[in-house]
Amino acid sequence: MTLSSNLSSNAGVAPRPKMGKRLSDRLTAAFSYALLIAGAIVILAPFAWMISTSLKRKIDVYVFPPEWIPDPIQWGNYAEALTTFPFPLYTLNSFTIVVFVLIGTLFSCSFSSYGFARLRAPGKDLIFLVLLSTLMLPAAVTMVPLYLLFNRLGWIDTFLPLIVPSFFGSAFFIFLMRQFYMGVPKELEDAARIDGCNAYSTWLRIMVPMTKPVLATAAVFSFMWTWNDFMGPLIYLTDESKRTIALGLSYFQGSARSSPELHLLMAATIYSIIPCVLLFFVSQKVFVKGIVFTGVKG
Amino acid sequence: MMTSTRSKKLTRSRKEAIDCYVFMSPAIIGLLVFTLGPILFSAYISFTDYDILSTPVWVGLQNYVELFQDKFFWHSMKITFIYAGVSVPLGLVVALLLAMLLNQTLKGIYLFRVIYYLPAVISGVAVALLWKWVFNPEFGLLNWFLGLFGIQGPAWIFSEQWALPSLILMSLWSVGGSMLIYLAGLQGIPTELYEAAEIDGANRFRKFLSVTIPMLSPVIFFNLVMGIIGSIQVFTEGYVMTAGGPNNSTLFAVLYLYRQAFNYFSMGYASAFAWVLFLVILLLTLLVFRSSPMWVFYEEQKGGKKSKARGKTA
Repeated sequence: MTLSSNLSSNAGVAPRPKMGKRLSDRLTAAFSYALLIAGAIVILAPFAWMISTSLKRKIDVYVFPPEWIPDPIQWGNYAEALTTFPFPLYTLNSFTIVVFVLIGTLFSCSFSSYGFARLRAPGKDLIFLVLLSTLMLPAAVTMVPLYLLFNRLGWIDTFLPLIVPSFFGSAFFIFLMRQFYMGVPKELEDAARIDGCNAYSTWLRIMVPMTKPVLATAAVFSFMWTWNDFMGPLIYLTDESKRTIALGLSYFQGSARSSPELHLLMAATIYSIIPCVLLFFVSQKVFVKGIVFTGVKG
Repeated sequence: MMTSTRSKKLTRSRKEAIDCYVFMSPAIIGLLVFTLGPILFSAYISFTDYDILSTPVWVGLQNYVELFQDKFFWHSMKITFIYAGVSVPLGLVVALLLAMLLNQTLKGIYLFRVIYYLPAVISGVAVALLWKWVFNPEFGLLNWFLGLFGIQGPAWIFSEQWALPSLILMSLWSVGGSMLIYLAGLQGIPTELYEAAEIDGANRFRKFLSVTIPMLSPVIFFNLVMGIIGSIQVFTEGYVMTAGGPNNSTLFAVLYLYRQAFNYFSMGYASAFAWVLFLVILLLTLLVFRSSPMWVFYEEQKGGKKSKARGKTA
């Protein structure tokens, strides 16, 4: 339980100027580093192996023990992987869905949250409670009826079932944004009211600009979830030309056209995760904060 | 005079209520059309025989009766319960230990936090495909690693016995999400509590047991509930990596449900299955909620908990 002691000592407990304590601190630090590095290796090894495999020749893939540095390096694998299946098209499909989902989610959730956070109406709390409780509902329960509904509307094999619901709010993001809105000083709103703003312009001019961080967090989350979503596209999309990247990838592995070309599969997999990884590194501060926030408030 | 101000107030609050409903309308419509409506409809078709093409035929409880006689239903529930029962507690412990490891002021700790969180960023098919090959018995990374120590690894996802443990092992790789939530919780624990415990002569283990765990209990509770709800709905791994096999050893409940609905078009049967699954998740969640007063301490109780922690260590 060295960790908990470290926790307290770094969290502000004055270090005792004893030699023994310092030595033990240094030992704990060394031990922590050893654990951290071991863990990092476990986490990064599959990634490293994936990158390495994606750059190998087909015949080198199955060499055992594996060579970590491919020789020769086959940059052409990426071009080959992306042309075996129409990956640029899948990428475009995924991006199309993501863009509309982002617009829908950000607008509807921010708009609805303002009502939940700031205005009063009979039954509001009950509606919010029902909304929150749907977070616990397994997707399986609504899976079949939603399919039937979209089928009736003639939306199967279009992007609409994946996009339209996002324009009608999502319990998780409404909850997240509501928590932020409740933290915006009421005086700002009162000032806007005195200046003649109605509720709608107050939302647009005061709330939306004030809550950019949470909007960014929701956007990042929403991007990653939509990009990685597998079950939705699997259920609603049938035409090969409409596949998303996650769906395309799953077909890639079992296809007669590519299987078992591991080096190409790994190249395609890396290609598919690049947007998420880039987004993660660009936005990690806001992203991590957002998760931390939801965690605490959840 | 009195009445006019009152009616003014009334109209103002009525106007506010109307605005409020307008603001909430996307959420309310979404709730009705995409959640509550489908729930009711799902309940209805669970009592019918329905294959999309013909009209639903009312069959009463038949789907439920058949479900409980279906050995694959029981099998898939068993598989799902084993998966959830092992991966959730294991994930909770591993995530907590990692969070404590990462909650130190060390040089470069920020980089480690990013690395440890990275797997959680990529989810779904990409992770499933990567691990499918990590588990490959002949040239996969895992057996190569074990081979370094002279261990002959099993066939992992290709072995009936090892397929489920493999997927549980893989789930640990992505504990980054709950780890981050623990990290936030750890950083919210007031330092005075540790100082007080230290003055009372608590050792490291005692401090962990009497301060960290109680103070973190709301976060553990959150992760436990989310873990149960999430793990019972596991699907992608079983679909992409093992297709339920070998010999149905990874036939998760939702995977079986998906097949009933979208491969066999037994929409009524699948809906009955979904309802049973829903009730099971609800029951488990309620049990956890009911048990929470016994072990979860919330903000308001902080003062009390503090003295309790002191009393214990004294």
